[in-house]
Amino acid sequence: MAFLEIKSLKKQYGSVLALDGISFGVEQGSCLAIIGSSGGGKTTLLRCLNFLERPDEGQIYLNGALLYDAADGKKLKDEALRQKRLHFGLVFQNFNLFPQYTALENVSLALRLTKAAPPEEIRKKSISLLERVGLGQRLDSYPHMLSGGQQQRVAIARALAAEPDVLCFDEPTSALDPELTGEVLKTIRALREQHITMVIVTHEIAFAREVADRVLFIDEGSIVEQGDARQVIDSPQQERTRSFLGSFQVR
Amino acid sequence: MFETVVRALSEGFLKTLELFGLTLLGSLPLGLVIAFGSMSRFKPLQKAVRALVWVVRGTPLMLQLLVVYYGPGLLFGQNIWGGGTSGRWIAAVSAFVLNYACYFSEIYRGGIEAIPKGQWEAGQVLGLKKRQIFFHIILLQVIKRILAPISNEVITLVKDTSLARVILVYEIIWESQSFIRSDGLIWPLFFTGLYYLAFTGLLTLLFGYLEKKLQFFRV
Ligand SMILES: Nc1ncnc2c1ncn2[C@@H]1O[C@H](COP(=O)(O)OP(=O)(O)OP(=O)(O)O)[C@@H](O)[C@H]1O
Ligand SMILES: [Mg+2]
Repeated sequence: MAFLEIKSLKKQYGSVLALDGISFGVEQGSCLAIIGSSGGGKTTLLRCLNFLERPDEGQIYLNGALLYDAADGKKLKDEALRQKRLHFGLVFQNFNLFPQYTALENVSLALRLTKAAPPEEIRKKSISLLERVGLGQRLDSYPHMLSGGQQQRVAIARALAAEPDVLCFDEPTSALDPELTGEVLKTIRALREQHITMVIVTHEIAFAREVADRVLFIDEGSIVEQGDARQVIDSPQQERTRSFLGSFQVR
Repeated sequence: MFETVVRALSEGFLKTLELFGLTLLGSLPLGLVIAFGSMSRFKPLQKAVRALVWVVRGTPLMLQLLVVYYGPGLLFGQNIWGGGTSGRWIAAVSAFVLNYACYFSEIYRGGIEAIPKGQWEAGQVLGLKKRQIFFHIILLQVIKRILAPISNEVITLVKDTSLARVILVYEIIWESQSFIRSDGLIWPLFFTGLYYLAFTGLLTLLFGYLEKKLQFFRV
């Protein structure tokens, strides 16, 4: 069993079956890219992993242990869900930084509120995280003073601060001007080198091919194809994967 | 004469200020509780709270003062507020607090609902509890958003305090009218306007200052 193992996850919104039995595994320290066309269920999958949604069916195993079983998911109290959430981090498409806090405060807030360590230690750790994403000079900047790319890097540092077992990204560069995507991708690339376990939803196919170990192609709530990133992207086996990837080639 | 009038009016205005202060002290926090009630996922509570807000916002405050003060007596045959000045005072403060809490609750609700869901979710994925998210992340953003409508209500409250005279709370207008009754003097009534203007001017400055204070971030 892989470090993170998802078993037949299902999620329905009214009559829309957003996830229709998704299963896959992610090895510790590896990077999984998820690609697929709009409405395929990629965001829903990440939201289920972070327990922002409760899956209707399926199980999530982490490090060999059952972390979540949809069978008793409905009965789970908010507090139990919060505990499970600590294993995962999520970087949002539109950053969702806290506007009234500086870059440094955004990164340190959760650690301070959970009293994870003495204040001075939290401060040091937060500064070093911001340095790691190349923002050591912008500690005291408020989000509205930062570019989109810088904001997203603060968001990445903020997610790292909680030391999640698995860090998820939902189209981390989609809200950015093209000239700003590079700096964010570079940051993620560096995390890859530090063997942070990552699940990345992205439309940057070239980036997925380069940074991910494995790739998952999702369409209409199901996995159409998965495998080694280069193999799937260079020579897709399924017709649907081929036509999806083909639509990128034209650019 | 002028001195007598000013002394009486100032005394009345002190009562006005007291009513103003106690009303804010009670209604600002109570409004938040009512706002949470009106957003509750427990439907019966939500419906009941929204009905209360509708009734309170849909009827004149003057009427509410009379109902709150005389209503219990008519219903139960017993004045629950206690007799005399202090009874009327407690009834007045209670009616004002309830009335303003309902107005504030709607402003709070609008402000809270306007905060993007992503702010809550960002807090959740960091492992924070709902309370922590509300008090450390959401609240200040809400305050910034609702400062203008709150300041409107607060300034309206300054003037609404004069309604308390219908149950014989001796605020400034009541005091000034006593000069009409006793000496046939109308100018003390007009003179009260200066008190109101001075105080609302002060409040306007205060809210301008707060707004400036919150300019360091954008929502
Ligand atoms: N809260 C919701 N309520 C109802 N339907 C929803 C909700 N969230 C998602 N859906 C539906 O679930 C399906 C999957 O949506 P999802 O956002 O996961 O797709 P996606 O792959 O992330 O798409 P995109 O590439 O556009 O971000 C869509 O049909 C969507 O309309
Ligand atoms: Mg999406």
